Amino acid sequence: MKTYTNTGNKDTRSGFGAGLTELGKTNENVVALCADLIGSLKMDDFKANHPERFFQVGIAEANMIGLAAGMTIGGKIPFTGTFANFSTGRVYDQIRQSVAYSDKNVKICASHAGITLGEDGATHQILEDIGLMKMLPGMTVINPCDYNQTKAATLAIAEYDGPVYLRFGRPKVANFIPENQVFEIGKALQLTEGTDVTIVATGHLVWEALEASKALHEKGISAEVINIHTIKPLDDKAILDSVAKTGCIVTAEEHNYLGGLGESISRVLAKHHPTPQEFVATNDTFGESGTPAQLMEKYGLNSNAIINAAESVIKRK
Amino acid sequence: MSNTQQLNDLTTQVRRDIIRMVHKVNSGHPGGSLGCAEFFVALFKSIMERKEGFDMDGTNEDIFFLSNGHISPVYYSVLARSGYFPVNELNTFRLINSRLQGHPTTHEGLPGIRIASGSLGQGMSVALGAAQTKTLNKDPHLVYSLHGDGELQEGQNWEAIMYAAGNKVDNIICTIDLNGQQIDGSTDDVLPMGSIRAKFEAFGWTVIDIENGNDIDAILSGMAEAKSKTGQGKPVCVLLKTIMGNGVDFMMHTHAWHGKAPNDEQLAIGLAQNAETLGDY
Repeated sequence: MKTYTNTGNKDTRSGFGAGLTELGKTNENVVALCADLIGSLKMDDFKANHPERFFQVGIAEANMIGLAAGMTIGGKIPFTGTFANFSTGRVYDQIRQSVAYSDKNVKICASHAGITLGEDGATHQILEDIGLMKMLPGMTVINPCDYNQTKAATLAIAEYDGPVYLRFGRPKVANFIPENQVFEIGKALQLTEGTDVTIVATGHLVWEALEASKALHEKGISAEVINIHTIKPLDDKAILDSVAKTGCIVTAEEHNYLGGLGESISRVLAKHHPTPQEFVATNDTFGESGTPAQLMEKYGLNSNAIINAAESVIKRK
Repeated sequence: MSNTQQLNDLTTQVRRDIIRMVHKVNSGHPGGSLGCAEFFVALFKSIMERKEGFDMDGTNEDIFFLSNGHISPVYYSVLARSGYFPVNELNTFRLINSRLQGHPTTHEGLPGIRIASGSLGQGMSVALGAAQTKTLNKDPHLVYSLHGDGELQEGQNWEAIMYAAGNKVDNIICTIDLNGQQIDGSTDDVLPMGSIRAKFEAFGWTVIDIENGNDIDAILSGMAEAKSKTGQGKPVCVLLKTIMGNGVDFMMHTHAWHGKAPNDEQLAIGLAQNAETLGDY
């Protein structure tokens, strides 16, 4: 089976920062806004290189979203930066009316998504943001899996005309997607080929899915791992093609099972190809303080959870 | 530049449009619309430097944002009578498949509208963003916006007010429609806001009063003064004192007609008080 090498742990937010730094040089219409989290969002370089195109808005996320919507009028491409919780739930109505309904070319860039924000606990973690954003008509929702993919996604969304929610995280995790891998919005990446079970994963769970597939291989189970970085629009065909072969599926995400990637896939399967599915996701709960690894273990979001889910779902075929 | 008589004639026609639009569909917001009729007419016909036609970017022209979107009838009437879309389209206000939605939106592609508004408190942030883009684009034109006084109860405004002064955004004129009314009663009864002038000044804005916001000449001179204060490192706020329901006597000085349509008899009275000047749609 195809294997992937971790070239060294890196945080996905640094992939965003690197992408933004590059955009600063290549696209003069890109502007960046931040709500008092420049260091956390890795926006320092953009600010230093392009002070006239960088807007520190202070701790005022609602104003930031409105400013970004307004800045599109006249041709700018605003990238907003704050934690995922404050990028979505706190400003849902501003995004809904001033960005999505108004069809403004705003890129909402959200770090510290999911439970791996860690020690700050549930007030700062968010496990509902994918659901909030995918419900908005016209909103594209992207959750890249590592540093390289986050950087590529950051570059890709600047070329796309329309509102985007880009979700990434805080901890240093495996970096394994090739640096030159083209990022195509809405196109799934098949990482390994398999015949017994499909594992569809997004964000930090993609590396866990690859680890799980290695362990399953040793047990004689052939898993096909698919990386869904774009949750909306979803690559229905990639999912249907895979389950036509394997007959069962595990979905894995750092998000509530309600409203997440797994539910989007259930909809596709229920309509076109009813298939047994297991969900690796949080179970309608808030998070808590802890290290990222402890939280992933406690909330069932790691390779062990994926292995168990795969073994269960195969029995249901 | 139009003269005062022409602007007054247009205002009378806009009042007729407003009450006819709202009456036809038995819904909409006539009170605040009537109160701002003179302001919209003066803004679009005299104050703003506008290009022919409409493009969303609005570069090299003054642009306007309506934050209190519920006064869409006056906005639509003045946009139509300024050539953005056919006046006959006012007939479709709030009807199914219309571009003239209950609250203004870009979603149906209505020329003249640059942002959706209706959920209150968002327009100042948007206007400030557009103003900063004008600065980046080295476009010397201004951004105008209108907000309700009750709308200032929304907290996002105060984020925006603080930001504007802190960042010396001085190519914007935000006008507050000071009619003293909101849905549940007078603003003093619902949530007393104290001195709005003192608040804006405390945040670092230049504040201009227009005591008679239903008088074309007063609006023209007040807005000229406001324009003269732009470019000086401070955002500019105009406190436009208006009479809700102005020009239709039984709708005046009350919140009762905030979001209520006149019946047939009331429409006839309102139209009789505002004789047709430029032709009904």
